[in-house]
Amino acid sequence: MLTNIKEGKLLKKNIVQIKDVVKRFGNVLALDHVSLEIPSGEFFSILGPSGCGKTTLLRLIAGFEIPDSGEIFLEDKMINSTPPYRRNVNTVFQNYALFPHMNIYDNVAFGLKLKGIGRAEIKERVMRSLDLVGLSGMGDRKPRQLSGGQQQRVALSRALVNEPPVLLLDEPLGALDLKLRRQMQVELKSLQKRLGITFIYVTHDQEEALTMSDRIAIMQTGKIEQMDIPPQIYERPRTEFVANFIGISNLFSGNLRNGNGKIYTLTTSDGFEIKATGEGIRPERNATVMVRPEKIQITPGEPKNMSHNINILQGKIEDMIYLGNVIQFIVKLKEQKLIVLEKNYDKTFEFKPDQDVFVSWDIYSTFVLSERVENERLFAQV
Amino acid sequence: MKDFLLRYKSWGKEGKAGFLISPAFLWLLLFFLIPLGIIFVYSFCERGNYGGVNWNFTFENYKQVLNPVYLKTILYSFWIAILNTVICLLIGYPMAYYISTRKSTVFKNILLILVILPFWTDFLVRTYAWLVILREGGLINTILLQMGIIQEPLKLLFTDLAVIIGLVYGYLPFMILPLYASIEKLDPSLIEAAYDLGANGFNVFWKVILPLTSPGIIAGSILVFVPTLGAYITPDLLGGAKVMMIGNLIQQQFLKVKNWPFGSSLSFIVLIIVLALLIIYIKFGEPEVEK
Ligand SMILES: Nc1ncnc2c1ncn2[C@@H]1O[C@H](COP(=O)(O)OP(=O)(O)O)[C@@H](O)[C@H]1O
Ligand SMILES: [Mg+2]
Repeated sequence: MLTNIKEGKLLKKNIVQIKDVVKRFGNVLALDHVSLEIPSGEFFSILGPSGCGKTTLLRLIAGFEIPDSGEIFLEDKMINSTPPYRRNVNTVFQNYALFPHMNIYDNVAFGLKLKGIGRAEIKERVMRSLDLVGLSGMGDRKPRQLSGGQQQRVALSRALVNEPPVLLLDEPLGALDLKLRRQMQVELKSLQKRLGITFIYVTHDQEEALTMSDRIAIMQTGKIEQMDIPPQIYERPRTEFVANFIGISNLFSGNLRNGNGKIYTLTTSDGFEIKATGEGIRPERNATVMVRPEKIQITPGEPKNMSHNINILQGKIEDMIYLGNVIQFIVKLKEQKLIVLEKNYDKTFEFKPDQDVFVSWDIYSTFVLSERVENERLFAQV
Repeated sequence: MKDFLLRYKSWGKEGKAGFLISPAFLWLLLFFLIPLGIIFVYSFCERGNYGGVNWNFTFENYKQVLNPVYLKTILYSFWIAILNTVICLLIGYPMAYYISTRKSTVFKNILLILVILPFWTDFLVRTYAWLVILREGGLINTILLQMGIIQEPLKLLFTDLAVIIGLVYGYLPFMILPLYASIEKLDPSLIEAAYDLGANGFNVFWKVILPLTSPGIIAGSILVFVPTLGAYITPDLLGGAKVMMIGNLIQQQFLKVKNWPFGSSLSFIVLIIVLALLIIYIKFGEPEVEK
């Protein structure tokens, strides 16, 4: 137990540091002043839409690209121009990139042979690594004789056998079907925990990122929009982009006034007043606030037990969508539509389309979103 | 009914397919197999006095091949063919690699067109051009003399070197094109994976790039080796009387010495050797790299 606590302290040390990195491809600004720090042993995910620069960031750490400016540190050493074969990281490629002319054993042994490790030890480590991913006995097969899922495991095993302190994974499960993907997610996560290796995991699947990661960086057009633990990313999206990218959000835009302390009041163009919370937000401007659909209650009459801490709006049910465990309502306010998710109680069925209803939610579930966050500030907050 | 279906199927298999390949087969029969048959029969006949053959069965022509004079020519031809293949590979591989790794498709295509551009002129004419370049008062000697690097003109023409230069020049495109095709197919992420696992440039080349492009190397080598073995224009024009390869020997036997049966046996032996090499390659050399 004591050693665990000690290790726990060691985990705090940053193994990868990226400082103000810029990378251009011709006119495309693939990475726009990106900074981040990853503590040793963390499962760190990079999440964002296609083309936002995730792969480029990973390739910079692996050494396949060199930053135009900024610095990359691995284990406290600046590695900007260290060639990939001298970096203590390994990559699991999106298309697996298994060597088709070698069998599985030789694929996995490739890195160890180059390090000049003795044959007996290579054999032992390869066997152990294949065992780890559940592929013992497959050593003689060629990559093309394996299924996609098995190839994925070989790619993982080929990287892990080198015992790198940092493993880079570029959408490693992207090519697998849903069921296999869910299964591999669980296995990957438990493997990472067991081995204590730092994972830098690129994905465009938000559910994957939320369920697996210790921390997530959300990227958009070369910038990191937000970097946080998964609940924080979901509960407190800092920008409109993050709010929309992760889960479903109801957004209200209007003029923002400061009420008292951390409570703000937003007046929408159709005249609703919505109270929201925020911290360090500049009032007296146009702003956007957001609330998640499952935080909203829908009632036929005005909700009783009214406190000041509740936003109440009047609207009309436009549509009801049956989703099994939940019912999704589309509620039309004056101009805006609101998405509401209600648990599937029997009384939920009493609602009918075109019915006039009240929607209400806690003002502490409503947040003022920032204008686009500058990287420097974001960095300071992490 | 089942019987009918079976018959219908087999008709579809043999009847239809046979019909489809028949023009190709006719072509092969007419221009390859029949002449080959004639050569084969000739090689077991006695020579006629003024060309042609006397129809008496004999093994003499094959025994004659073992005569050291002819054996030397055959071995020399193999040596030249191997040398040419190796040189073409050493020059062609970097060229093919350079072309196939260019990012701009336009530039790539321009380079490829430059590689096949010589084919737009007749091979004989191009070989004559080398005559002009290499001879005593030719381009190379003139330039070297003018620059004062040499005082006397070099003897370049009618040497082994001239033959090799001509052959490399002539067959290099046959090496580059299949190499280009297989390097182009190479997945760049495999190279990155090798780097990632700790391989430096040298190891990446020997352990990943070379084995994965071996189909191109083998195809290019066959395409260069086989025609070089039978080359006769290049050694004839650039080697003068000094250099003789099997092709020249065969040509000489048919057209000058008028010993058709011996020429035939020589042709047949070359054919058998080449065929044997190809069979060995197909049987044992086929690398398992196709995905
Ligand atoms: N080698 C390259 N040459 C030119 N543009 C590139 C190159 N690599 C990436 N890009 C561009 O940089 C941007 C980020 O790409 P990438 O990092 O692959 O995004 P992601 O992995 O998030 O989908 C894209 O606009 C892409 O077109
Ligand atoms: Mg990508």
